[in-house]
Amino acid sequence: MQTEPLLIIRDLKTYFYTDGKEVKAVDGVNFQIYKGETVALVGESGSGKSVTSMSILRLIPDPPGKIVNGEIIFNKLDLLKLSESDINEIRGNEISMIFQEPMTSLNPVFTIGEQIMEGLRHHHNLDKANARKKAIRLLQLVGFPRAEDIIDEYPHQLSGGMRQRAMIAMAMSLEPKLLIADEPTTALDVTIQAQILELMRDVKEKFNTSILLITHDLGVVAEMADRVLVMYGGQIVEEGDVYTIFESPNHPYTKGLLSSIPSLNDDKDRLESIEGTVPAAHEFPKGCRFAPRCGEKKLSICEEKLPQLQEIGNGHKVRCFLYERVEA
Amino acid sequence: MYKYILRRILIMIPMLVLISIIVFTFSKLAPGDPFTGEFDPRITKDILDKKRAMFNLYDPPYKQYLSWLKNVLQGNFGVSMRFGFPVSDLLAERIPNTLFLAITSLIITLIVSIPIGIISARRPYSLIDYSATTFGFLGLATPNFYAGLIAIYLFSIQFGWLPAQGTITAGADYTGLALFWDKFKHVIMPASTLGLAQTAGYMRYMRSEMMEVMGKDFIRTARSKGMPERVILYKHTLRNALIPIITLLGFEFGALVAGAVITENVFSWPGVGTLFLNAVINRDYPIIMAINLIIATMVLVGNLLADIFYVIVDPRIRYD
Repeated sequence: MQTEPLLIIRDLKTYFYTDGKEVKAVDGVNFQIYKGETVALVGESGSGKSVTSMSILRLIPDPPGKIVNGEIIFNKLDLLKLSESDINEIRGNEISMIFQEPMTSLNPVFTIGEQIMEGLRHHHNLDKANARKKAIRLLQLVGFPRAEDIIDEYPHQLSGGMRQRAMIAMAMSLEPKLLIADEPTTALDVTIQAQILELMRDVKEKFNTSILLITHDLGVVAEMADRVLVMYGGQIVEEGDVYTIFESPNHPYTKGLLSSIPSLNDDKDRLESIEGTVPAAHEFPKGCRFAPRCGEKKLSICEEKLPQLQEIGNGHKVRCFLYERVEA
Repeated sequence: MYKYILRRILIMIPMLVLISIIVFTFSKLAPGDPFTGEFDPRITKDILDKKRAMFNLYDPPYKQYLSWLKNVLQGNFGVSMRFGFPVSDLLAERIPNTLFLAITSLIITLIVSIPIGIISARRPYSLIDYSATTFGFLGLATPNFYAGLIAIYLFSIQFGWLPAQGTITAGADYTGLALFWDKFKHVIMPASTLGLAQTAGYMRYMRSEMMEVMGKDFIRTARSKGMPERVILYKHTLRNALIPIITLLGFEFGALVAGAVITENVFSWPGVGTLFLNAVINRDYPIIMAINLIIATMVLVGNLLADIFYVIVDPRIRYD
C-alpha cells in the first residue's frame, strides 16, 4: 500500500539491569511507520510501550537501561549506531517527542519562549530576533491568542492544557518528520484532551508528520490512529489497521482490552476487566506471556513455547497459537 | 517585593531585642563577673567593689539590661569592663579582619565545592567521585581546630610554605601587589580551615542536587530536543541545582562569622572571634553583647538575602 517506511524497528531489545536482575522491558519488537501515518502503540502500564518510544531517540537512562539488540532505521541510518553528536542532530530536528506530564516536562526556570527558541537557535542557527518571531508564530499555530505575552511566561504560569500546547509548539518547531507522543493527553482533563488531539491532527496535516502515539486509552486510538500495535510483556502481540483491531481483534489480550471499554448501550453493574496483572518483566512465564491471564481455550503449547508474531492477512499480525498456521 | 523586604527588616528589630535578652540572661547566669578572677594582691576588695559599682553590676539585672539597651539604641556599645576601651573601637579594628576571613573562606568553598560536586554528579561512582566522597566525609568529620593544627604542622612547620599566624607579616612594609600576596599567604590557611566542613558539605549537596535534577522530566525533554550535553549540564541542570545552594549561602554567612571563633584562635587571627572568646572567659558583658548582636544581625540579614536571591533564581517564587 504505502511506499517506503519512514522508520523501521527490527528486533529491538531494551533491557534494564537492577539488583542483579535482567529486566526485559522491550523484548524483540518489530514495526514500521510510514510517511504521514499515525501509529498507536497500546498496552497496559508496564507493557514496554514507553521504553520502546524512548529507545528510538536513545533516551533510555544508561545505567540501568541498555538497548542490547536491534536496528532502528530512520532515513537509511541506524540510529543505534550513530555517535552521540549525530543522534543529537536527529533529536528534535527530525524526530521530536512530547511527554505525558506537561507539568514536569518543561524546565521551570526558563520561559516558554526560551525553551522553544533554544532548539531553533541550536539546530537552525537562527539569531535571537528570528527565533523569537518563529516561536511566536508557532505559539499562534498551536492556538495561543496572546502568543506575544505567552512567550515570556514561565511554565508555572500556564495551565496543564496550555503547557501541552507549548510542548507541541516546541516539538513541531523544527518541523520533524516523526513526532513521538508519549501519553500526550493522559494528564489532562477530558475537554482539554479533545482539544489537544484536535491540535495534533491539525499539526500533522500541516507538516505532513508521522506520529507514533503511545497510549493506553483506546478512545484516543480510535480517534487518531491509522494503525495499531498492541503491546504486552515487552512484545507486540497484535498489529493491524485501526478498523481490523476494533472490528475483529484476534489476540485474547486485545479482545480483553476492547471488552473492558464500558459501552453506553448495555446496562452493567460491573466493568469488564482482564484478570490478573502484567507479570514483572524479570519473571515472564516460559511460554506465551499472556497465558496465565488468558481467558480463551488455552492449548497445552501455550505454556510451553513462546508464540511468534504471524501475519494472518492484509497486514494483520497476531502472536497467538490459536491462529498459528500448523507447522509443527 | 519592596513591601516584603521592608516588613522583614522591621520584624528583625523585635527579634534582635529578644535575642539580646536571651544572650544577656545566659551571660548573667554564668558564675562570676569581669572582676572575679583578679589575683593581683595590690587590687583590694574595695577597689573591686568600686569598679563593680562603676559598671552598675550591683543593680538588678533587668536594670542593667535596660540601661545597656538604652545605650545601644543611641549607638553606644559601652566600654570593655576589663580593658576600658570603647567596644566600638575594638570592633571597628577587628570586624574587617573577620569579614576578610569569612569572605575568603566562602569564595574558596564555592570555587572548590561546586565544580567538584558537578564532576561527581556527572560521573557517579567513578574514581573522582569516590575521592571527593572520601574527602567530603573527612572534611565533615574533622573539627576545625584539629584541621587547623594539622595544617599549621604541615604547611608552616614541615614545609615552611605559609605563615602560621596573624594577618600580615609583622614589621614588613609591603605595598601594592606585595601586600596583597602577603595577605593572601596569611589568609589562605585559616580560610580553608574555616571553610573545610562547608566545602565538604556543599560538595555533597551539589552532587545530590545535580543528580536529582538530571533525573527530572524536563532534562529528558531537553535531551529529546537534541541539545548538546554541555547545554543540558550547565544550563538546564545547573540552573535548577543552584537554587537550594544559593539559599543556603544566605544562612552560611552568619554561621561563618560565628564559626570563625575557633579558627581565629588557632591561627591567632585578630578578628572578632578571638575577641569574643576572651570576652566570654572574662565575662566582659558589653563585648559579649555587642558581638552577639552583630552575629545575630548577620544571620538575619543573611536569611533575608537568601529569600531575595530565591526570587531572583526561581521564577516560581514571588512575595507579595
